[in-house]
Amino acid sequence: MKKDAVPQEIAVTYGGQRKLLYAVDERGEYGGVHSAGWEVETTATLAAVTELNRLRDDAWQRARAGETSALEYHMYRRRMEPATLAAATGLWRWRIRRHFNPARFSRLAPRLLRRYAQVLDLSPAELQQLPTRPDID
Amino acid sequence: MPENKNSSFQHRQSAHCESGVVAALLTHHGLPMSEPMAFGLSGALAFAYIPLIKMAGMPLIAYRMPPGHIIRGVQKNVGVRMTRRTFRDPARGLRELERELDAGRAVGLQTCVYWLPYFPEQMRFHFNAHNLIAYGREDNDYLVSDPIFEYTSRCSREAMQKARFAKGALAAKGLMYYPTQLPLEIDYARAIRKAIRANFRTMNQAPLPIIGIRGIRHLARSIVKLSKSKNAAQLPLYLAHIVRMQEEIGTGGAGFRFIYASFLQESAKLLDNALLAEASSALTDAGDEWRLFALQASKMCRNRKPMDVEELSSILNRCADREAGTWQLLRKL
Repeated sequence: MKKDAVPQEIAVTYGGQRKLLYAVDERGEYGGVHSAGWEVETTATLAAVTELNRLRDDAWQRARAGETSALEYHMYRRRMEPATLAAATGLWRWRIRRHFNPARFSRLAPRLLRRYAQVLDLSPAELQQLPTRPDID
Repeated sequence: MPENKNSSFQHRQSAHCESGVVAALLTHHGLPMSEPMAFGLSGALAFAYIPLIKMAGMPLIAYRMPPGHIIRGVQKNVGVRMTRRTFRDPARGLRELERELDAGRAVGLQTCVYWLPYFPEQMRFHFNAHNLIAYGREDNDYLVSDPIFEYTSRCSREAMQKARFAKGALAAKGLMYYPTQLPLEIDYARAIRKAIRANFRTMNQAPLPIIGIRGIRHLARSIVKLSKSKNAAQLPLYLAHIVRMQEEIGTGGAGFRFIYASFLQESAKLLDNALLAEASSALTDAGDEWRLFALQASKMCRNRKPMDVEELSSILNRCADREAGTWQLLRKL
């Protein structure tokens, strides 16, 4: 890539920062060049973020309707999915899925509740509650 | 509060976290090294398409060797000695980190991106193998030189503890590292040849057809296959995933191809070797082809262009052809 071809399409995902790319000048010499963003990359990042937000909002709706527990919402809120939460807590995935059952989750052993709460960086009380809006962070 | 004796630490922005941290730590301790040189000397270029390993439901696609490879590579190939410590007890990990910082040492840390508060919100994903340098502390904050950013940042103790001790795939377990012994001089002629030969094997002679140049062709086929399957609706998200892995995750552009081409160029000058210069420009062309792939895939996903999986697949095959050509040149080294 030529230095003057390094995209400078300001990316919301960079939060005002620029990142470093490697590109060649007119004599073919490599060097680091700042990039304010590339629309191609920004769209791909936003697609991933949008998908995570969709999962979160969907879980919030279902939790409000009593079809799943607050745990599923808080998991997606922290940008995790069952596999990541399982790895982080050391619990089996099927066990986590059982805890998506609202009745079962409401009488979860305090020890397990604390384990989830710690991994999700919430207090046990927060973990049991559903906020008034899905996008509070 | 001990004063910060490490004010001499020079922040240097890099494209990739691990090569950036290693190059900056070596430079700081008296062995000047560019980021591409650290990347190249550890033979870190790769390609892997692993449908069996899923990340958030998407197959693992990697353009470099697994995390930790660069740290190990400079030890093996350059003769740097590093202290690498992990901690079972997070409290101990914190004490040991602060002891090093208070002694004026800059250390590399492995962290989970999601818990680092200075990361832009939309770049915070659960990725456990992000490397950064801590070079001091003030009040309740660590002074952080994160190589992928332009400027230094700060990170509270609590957030850093979460980031260092996040569990799961590639868990850092509080990994902290720093060089303890540097070689008096580097035999570049030997180290560069050795690293390139090892990288040749990764790209051309991997025992599995999903690694190296064959892996790129495998990825090309996977796009066509997905478009004909019952999950065809997932195609845009899948393409976005490939583009993200290639461009977003601190790759220096085109999935580390430009960093490696820069390493080849630097080596060509060091060794006064025309073959390396030729290989560098051949790999730059391959990188440009990867960028073209990202651009076309992105246009098709955004309906600026009709979806044409055959075209995308043939661009990827051209990437594979160009990379194969580069390695045929390097074979003669």
